[in-house]
Amino acid sequence: MREGFNTQDDSGLGAQPLGDGQLFMSPDVDAAREFFRGKSRRMEPKLTTVSEAVARFVHDGDYIGVGGFGANRIPTALLHEVVRQGRKRLGLSGHTATHDCQILMAGHCVDRCDVAYVVGLEARGLSRHSRRAFEEGRVAVTEWSNAALAWRYKAAAMGVPFLPARVMLGTDTGGRSAAMEIRCPFTGIRLAALPALYPDVALVHVHRADPYGNCQIEGIMISDHDLARAGRRVIVSAERIISNAEIRREPTRTVIPYYCVDAVVEVPYGSYPGNMPYEYYSDEEHLQEWLRAEEDPETLAAFVRRYILDTPDFPAYLELCGGIRRLQRLRWLEHFPGRGGLDRRGNC
Amino acid sequence: MGTAEKRDYNAMELMICLAARYLEDGSTVVVGTGAPCAAAMLAQRTHAPNLMIMFEAGGMGPLLPSMPISVGDSRTFYKGIAAGSMPEIMEACQRGMVDYTFLGGAQIDMYGNINSTCIGDHRRPTVRFPGSGGANDLASLSWKTMMITPQDRRRFTPRLDFVTTPGYLTGPGAREAAGLPPGTGPYKVITQLAVIGFDPETLRMRVESLHPGVTREDVERNTGFELLWAEELVESRPPDPEELVLLREEVDPLRYIIGRA
Repeated sequence: MREGFNTQDDSGLGAQPLGDGQLFMSPDVDAAREFFRGKSRRMEPKLTTVSEAVARFVHDGDYIGVGGFGANRIPTALLHEVVRQGRKRLGLSGHTATHDCQILMAGHCVDRCDVAYVVGLEARGLSRHSRRAFEEGRVAVTEWSNAALAWRYKAAAMGVPFLPARVMLGTDTGGRSAAMEIRCPFTGIRLAALPALYPDVALVHVHRADPYGNCQIEGIMISDHDLARAGRRVIVSAERIISNAEIRREPTRTVIPYYCVDAVVEVPYGSYPGNMPYEYYSDEEHLQEWLRAEEDPETLAAFVRRYILDTPDFPAYLELCGGIRRLQRLRWLEHFPGRGGLDRRGNC
Repeated sequence: MGTAEKRDYNAMELMICLAARYLEDGSTVVVGTGAPCAAAMLAQRTHAPNLMIMFEAGGMGPLLPSMPISVGDSRTFYKGIAAGSMPEIMEACQRGMVDYTFLGGAQIDMYGNINSTCIGDHRRPTVRFPGSGGANDLASLSWKTMMITPQDRRRFTPRLDFVTTPGYLTGPGAREAAGLPPGTGPYKVITQLAVIGFDPETLRMRVESLHPGVTREDVERNTGFELLWAEELVESRPPDPEELVLLREEVDPLRYIIGRA
């Protein structure tokens, strides 16, 4: 059922499959340790460009974990670049993957997905194109829940092959997952065993990073604390690059240490059209434009060409979407969140 | 809604007010966007000023300035007590610290099980929906699961195409047998027609109150399975004028939610 992974129950924990889903990534912690053993601990500059970072660290066939939640604090610039460079056969961790999933699906990049939440953009509506891909069986699917994927990252970050949890039990979500069911060796209760998830690449957008990859994030962490530690390779895009002295001034704020990180790129507004806490709110009009473009494959292809493939880089995309004026409006919406932001006279 | 007399509130306003009244002061609730968030905000402004509102992405105790668009957007921790993480919230649920959660879905059965994954065969579904998101977690781990949902025969169906999220599964003892924490499960389902609870013996849906102007036949016509009925079936208490003022002027002044009715 799970080729390549040991599912023999010699654990004494009464282990049996909770679901018949495919386990896309091995929870082999010793293989992961060997990989991490070879990862540089040198505090050396890793500053590079978006295109170089993606060219070097994201390969066809890789399994990707994306930071943020929905359209919030997602690494849009990195995702666009994955599409622009035409990566194929990617695996995706669908941990509340909304606009991030939408971008990768529009680029036809994904062929397998651990699903907790995909194809929807929460209250904004459903991505028709993503739905078609899932409905036509073009993406292999294993079901999970948000907490399950969050805890799978956590298990990997901890360096243990699984974490027990009390979710997905008794449901088809569990039945189409690749979790195991075990008995607690202390209390005897039934638990879902969630296998560690080590993505090949984690893409994370943060507020500030130094050139070595020490990162500060404002607002909710979502699952990025664990994702950045679980990822074998980690690309960080940051709103701003700050100096190492600045990091050392307030070490309390460092949430991702440099040794987790392989590449650092500076991308102002790098989460647009998503919401970057304390920086800018989401661009709901542009997200609706995305949804409308998905009405048929031709309009979507033209849309992807216009906004991603035919733009040289992310700043060019921002210009197409209204540039500084639009972004200033989104900053106002973020900072004055009452009835629709600040008006021209400064009322809010 | 019935057609008899003209009312000064719409179905969405009624559902939000009814849901809000169940949220006790000093309790914790994980909400999504939309009607549940409005219900929690209204409860804070009426009988439950110390209701702790949480969002699954990590937001805790915000002084919500307006409706969040996403359960992870910056409104969910605006002037909050903490900007946490998803593990933080889910682990609070698993520890037994979360009293209420609100869910919805494409299909719901008599035991309060929910489908938000797909219609048809899972491998080649006719319709693919987003999946569990945090719903399976919240319904597995929170003490009481509430639903605010439209009621019709397609949605209230005898058999789900996919059990995304556990209600009482197949009936008494089933949650415990599956390993879900004891004492948890669906609590109230609030629709445009009625408030539906769960019979303590059979754990099946049992209608507790009908909204003004709604008949038993209206409810039956919009349900694809056999409902149980409370012995003392009452009329749902309509929104008070104060509730309506707060809902319209403070909770949802732009009518994002209440305008959908």
